[in-house]
Amino acid sequence: MLRLEDIHVHRGRTHVLKGLTLAVGRGEIVALIGANGAGKTTTLRTVSGLIRPTSGAVVYQPEPGGPQVDLSRLAPEKIVAAGISHCPEGRQVFSSLSVRENLLVGGYLRRDKEGISRDLERSFELFPILRERGHQAAGSLSGGEQMMLAIARALMNRPKLLILDEPSLGLAPLIVARIFALIAELNAAGTTVFLVEQNAVMALGLAHRAYVLELGAIVLSGTGRELAENPEVRRAYLGSAA
Amino acid sequence: MSGGYLTDLLVGGLTLGSMYALVAIGFSMIYGIIRLINFAHGDIVMIGAFVTLGLVQALDLPLPLVALATLAAGGGMGLIIERAAFRPMRGAPQVTGFIASLAVSIMLQNLGVLILTAQPRNFVCPDWLSAPARLLGANIRVIDLAIVASALGLASGLMLVIKKTRLGMAMRATAENLDTARLMGIDVNRTIMAAFVMGSALAGVAGFMWGGKFGQIDPLLGYVPGLKSFVAAVIGGVGSVPGAILGGYLLGMSEVLFVGLLPPVYAPYRDAFVFGTLILILLVLPNGLFGTSTEERA
Repeated sequence: MLRLEDIHVHRGRTHVLKGLTLAVGRGEIVALIGANGAGKTTTLRTVSGLIRPTSGAVVYQPEPGGPQVDLSRLAPEKIVAAGISHCPEGRQVFSSLSVRENLLVGGYLRRDKEGISRDLERSFELFPILRERGHQAAGSLSGGEQMMLAIARALMNRPKLLILDEPSLGLAPLIVARIFALIAELNAAGTTVFLVEQNAVMALGLAHRAYVLELGAIVLSGTGRELAENPEVRRAYLGSAA
Repeated sequence: MSGGYLTDLLVGGLTLGSMYALVAIGFSMIYGIIRLINFAHGDIVMIGAFVTLGLVQALDLPLPLVALATLAAGGGMGLIIERAAFRPMRGAPQVTGFIASLAVSIMLQNLGVLILTAQPRNFVCPDWLSAPARLLGANIRVIDLAIVASALGLASGLMLVIKKTRLGMAMRATAENLDTARLMGIDVNRTIMAAFVMGSALAGVAGFMWGGKFGQIDPLLGYVPGLKSFVAAVIGGVGSVPGAILGGYLLGMSEVLFVGLLPPVYAPYRDAFVFGTLILILLVLPNGLFGTSTEERA
């Protein structure tokens, strides 16, 4: 569904991504793990068009067997329209907008009024707290509630591919478990998920496949279980002496 | 002091404040959305004034049409400036945009002098606008009331657009977080352009008002009101539209009261007074009346 081919990204004088290649298959949950500064967020921002790669291609096939597009030439809004939602690091809800408005902004490109109100209703069923706080400024929500809002907002676009950057960041373990259970549910319902996580234990437990990113290039890949059992990964990312 | 004189001053303050408020709104909107202090914004007032003069004098159009044309001219000018001067610099450091706006301002002023000469021109208004209005024995004209009423109408209309429409929602989202707005599918170039067009349209109308109120216009007329409206925007909390409106009225009112209530020898210091007020207010409220702190916005 999504293939990053030999991506190079430069930020100023820094060579951030050095020939990164990876693939996300339709229906999969794929995790990208790695240390701080390895280039995880840069990878996601390259997919969603906020960063233009210096070279390489981001090949995306929205429909099985359908035409392929190179996202590296498209503006972010075109990429959103192609069915990719990116839930950014640190949640980034629009804190001065109301909860409801945040959700509406998430469905910004849609014009089907009934569909939008149906999905608004679905968000409220998924997270009843959002209905209660519908008219409050999103900035007044707790961290966990903001994460729920950020995910619900991303879903308002009805994404085929959902990109999540550090969904566990700064959240209490109970909330993290809830968010991860929800990701699994969304995936079971047909959404492909590509996520970046610091929390490698959770990520490898959830993901069908995973990649390990080091200094801008993929150094390891495999199924979630394989990587979780790999001694090098255990030492570097899972915090256990194997 | 007669009650009539006080009413004069109050209406004068409201009129001046209306113009400052209309110009300040644009400063605030543009800063709010791309963190650009657009020093060319005041010169749109000048362009609005000359476009009105041209339309009234040369074509003798009816007033509502002239007002619409001034809105369109201001908005069009904002569109051109954004496309030509600011969009190519998107992503450059803030100071680059700041310098570019100074360059645009100087260019517009010099173009004005080149085409229109620096000679001030009389700004003719239809007679009924210049006619005196009877209000509590005060010495005011119909145009004063027209300025206040239309400024309040335009300002509330704009606030409604920002608060209630899809475009307004996109503008607020873009102002808060440009990258995240793009991740929602918002074409931020379009929302930025909309902010320039709306803000500049209001500045254009302020030019019409300025000419009507003071009777004379010249190509450099935008400079001082531009600067003062910027002060008004800062007082209100730059980035906040209601703040800009309130700041405009506060500034206009206090400037007129300063000149009118103190002995005439102080009158030449009105600009010093305006900037002194700014410094005082910022000492107490560093983010202005309605501003959010830079930390929150980061």
